[in-house]
Amino acid sequence: MATAEEVAKAAERRDVRDRWLLSAPALLVILLAATGPLLIVLVYSFLTPGAYGDVKWQFSSDAWTSVFLERDIFDDTLSLAAAHVTIFWRSIKLAVVTTLATLALGFPTAYFMATRSEKTRDLWLFLITIPFWTNLLIRTFAVLQIIRNEGIINTILLKLGIISAPVQILYTDTAILIGMAYVYLPLMVLPIYASMEKLDFRLVEAGYDLYATRFKVLRKIIFPLVKPGVIAGSILVFIPALGAYVTPSVLGGGKNMMLSNLIELQFGQGRNWPLGSALSITVMIIVMVALLAYVRNAGQSGVRHG
Amino acid sequence: MASNFSIKHQPGFTAIAATCFVVLYLPIVVLVIYAFNAATSTSEWGGFSLKWFQSAYQNTQVIDATLRSFQIGAIAAVLSTIFATMAALATTRTASYPGLTFKYAAINQPLMVPEIVTGVALLIFFSRIKIFTGYSGLGYLVAAHTAFCIPFAYLPIRARLENMDLTLERAAADLYATPWKTFRRITLPLLWPGILAGLMLAFVISLDDVVITEFVKSGGQDTLPTYMLGQIRRGITPEINAISTAFLLLSVAIVTLFFFVSRKRD
Repeated sequence: MATAEEVAKAAERRDVRDRWLLSAPALLVILLAATGPLLIVLVYSFLTPGAYGDVKWQFSSDAWTSVFLERDIFDDTLSLAAAHVTIFWRSIKLAVVTTLATLALGFPTAYFMATRSEKTRDLWLFLITIPFWTNLLIRTFAVLQIIRNEGIINTILLKLGIISAPVQILYTDTAILIGMAYVYLPLMVLPIYASMEKLDFRLVEAGYDLYATRFKVLRKIIFPLVKPGVIAGSILVFIPALGAYVTPSVLGGGKNMMLSNLIELQFGQGRNWPLGSALSITVMIIVMVALLAYVRNAGQSGVRHG
Repeated sequence: MASNFSIKHQPGFTAIAATCFVVLYLPIVVLVIYAFNAATSTSEWGGFSLKWFQSAYQNTQVIDATLRSFQIGAIAAVLSTIFATMAALATTRTASYPGLTFKYAAINQPLMVPEIVTGVALLIFFSRIKIFTGYSGLGYLVAAHTAFCIPFAYLPIRARLENMDLTLERAAADLYATPWKTFRRITLPLLWPGILAGLMLAFVISLDDVVITEFVKSGGQDTLPTYMLGQIRRGITPEINAISTAFLLLSVAIVTLFFFVSRKRD
């Protein structure tokens, strides 16, 4: 005779088993076409490059060495790989500046949206969502049209007589920055708006009652309360900006390499798949560190504000 | 202090917000306007014309790429939505059980990795399989798109499930409905808007993908975005403006639909 407890336990076991069966197809597809291949990249980063791309199955740590160091072809000494360091530095710098630029523009925008009447808020949200879901390549292409030498910025400046020759913006780091800030702006606005919408304006009112200035209210009340949204937005912008491929290759014109272009090069003309793999893993590590910092920060602010 | 003091006002914020919205829409508007430009050069205005749309329509490469995009998008969206629905049912409305956290992490994994990394990972993996099996069809693209669409389809479905009242399902069970009947007659109809939203989201995400497709596709498997990327690298033609505009209108239509479907939450 099974006791009631045993029956309940069996039912629970059945439930958990059913839940595993139900989630199996999704897990399998992701494992096969997303997670698994990442592990292969890790393995590849420890192999020897083949002559025509791909790899020779022979252990080598050369790829990892050459992520940051290069071996002198004459005397075999190691020195800092200037080209790689430059590209890493440029990518990180561009990603950070993009994040700051979108924050500077996105924070006030989210604040503006959250302080509209309840009816019009949906409309503003809709207006932010439209560019967000518009193809990133098309948006980058739209920016290209604006900033190129014959684009409207240069045309207007020329017509107004402010400049006598077109300003070269396209194919510079500035172009990449403008493009990335443009395409990732909605990613910053949306999470900040989400936490701003929940902001209790009675706290702001209390601040003013206690003679706080507008700036002080912003700094001491509003900002700390929407900080989780700010951090989420920064992470959402930083990660794709660091690995950005489309925007740098369209607006940077191939001269101003970023990490993604460097990785692509190793799998293409460079024919050094292990190095490409090691570089990919390095990008992943930077992303993981950023995510970890986010999780820790989000956890802390969660405790502070209940 | 002035009588029109508003606690919600911050100096300069409205101006920045206004700038943001103008800046967000200006390039898109310019792009659309120039798609109707009759001039062959993209730097001057030569009157209104639909000829570039016509020229894009007669370009077999464009039509092929578009059809391929739709084909991959449709299959990937349907598959990922089915899988995401099942996974959402398996991960909501339950006490924690061993493996639940793992499932969340696994389902969201494609969102955590930069596209370029997923792209090269799939390039390596699929190129091995291609050599091994000799198969080089669209299956790889469908598999890749299905995988990265799953988390997007999962989001709205899970959100809807979590807000759903369990009472009706319990009532059905009390009235001796089988679990399958309860699911089909109660859960599924209630879940439908979430599934529809997930399906549309997955389709748009698949349609938009450039990076992963660029690395996974074999020769002659261009989708509309990868075809456009190749063209843009070669130089700007008015035809690309027309294609972008058509693509843009399609995305806006889907997103608008999605917006209204997901708004009807209550």
